[in-house]
Amino acid sequence: MATDTRVILICSGKGGVGKTTLTANLGISLARQGLTTAVLDADFGLRNLDLLLGLENRIVYTAQEVLEEECRLDQALVKHKQESNLSLLPAGNPRMLDWLKPDDMKRIVKMLKEQFNYVLIDCPAGVEDGFKNAMAASQEAIVVTNPEVSAVRDADRVIGLLNTNAIKPVQLVLNRVRPKMMANQEMLSIEDVTDILALPLLGLVLEDEQVIVSTNRGEPLTLNSVNSPAAKCYLNIAKRLQGEDIPLIDPIEESSGFGSKFRRLMQTKIF
Amino acid sequence: MAMTLRDIINRLLRRQPASASTARERLQLVLAHDRSDLSTELLDQMRREILEVVAKYVEIDVDEGAVSLETEDRMTALVANLPIKRTMTGQIKLKEPKNQSEENSEETEGTDQNS
Repeated sequence: MATDTRVILICSGKGGVGKTTLTANLGISLARQGLTTAVLDADFGLRNLDLLLGLENRIVYTAQEVLEEECRLDQALVKHKQESNLSLLPAGNPRMLDWLKPDDMKRIVKMLKEQFNYVLIDCPAGVEDGFKNAMAASQEAIVVTNPEVSAVRDADRVIGLLNTNAIKPVQLVLNRVRPKMMANQEMLSIEDVTDILALPLLGLVLEDEQVIVSTNRGEPLTLNSVNSPAAKCYLNIAKRLQGEDIPLIDPIEESSGFGSKFRRLMQTKIF
Repeated sequence: MAMTLRDIINRLLRRQPASASTARERLQLVLAHDRSDLSTELLDQMRREILEVVAKYVEIDVDEGAVSLETEDRMTALVANLPIKRTMTGQIKLKEPKNQSEENSEETEGTDQNS
């Protein structure tokens, strides 16, 4: 039995910024470090975590049957094929949303805490009931955002709610960073986003076409192609979660050797 | 307001600023309002009422008076900048209580919560 389980909400406010991809890859990365990890799909309306993990055909029971006491927790948990330390608790039927309450989420998470080192909760988009239910069961949170005005604005709303509900620590993951655009100052910089949101940065994830390839296959990047830029970023985030001191990737350095000195000069703050 | 070398060059060449700085400025403004949960109308009404109250005690320049929300580090402050009209001698003209207050300032008031 795990005693000091960490229960982490992965949320963003805005949809499509990369919550589920981060959940899947963090789950794999933590499992690879030998940590027993459960990923809980709390997006009952539009579930997708099963698909990204390639486990969609192996679901028998879901969180719904566990809550209705129609099956035991271990019957509903789907173990990952290659990473046996990782298990998915699938989201139930969307009709669950009619009756699901924060206490139900707390019950599920309490059960998971007895068996796992980490519980990662993949939160639905929005700030309504689905988010509030998932937040009620969480201790800490990772806010995922993109360097875009709408994503940052929505992240700010979510951070406000996390703060009022005493969730901590709340850390930031800046996803889909395009080094070249950032270097040309046509994309909000890392500093811009961390200043505006006033959160510590857990990590950034570089834009990477391989992410789409990996979702096509249902094999998270961190499972095989550990040399892809995004996979490295996910692995670094998992290590930092475990307290390792891994320096951040400098996106301007990544943006190509030759122009990078000039771009850095142009970014110099004058006042 | 942070300005980079590129921003300055763009300004000198009268080019549009790089879009990141526009994004930053727009976000800061919209978040100050989001965080305070105040609409523009409410803010405007509050501005007028604050000016009325202050005008009971000192003569202020109503056209120059500005009330705005500013935000930093997830703290939002209500900032009122109300220039007080002075007499020729440089003293502040106080209307009601005939005090001889000689404060030479146009002060600000502020604080409010984050959310």
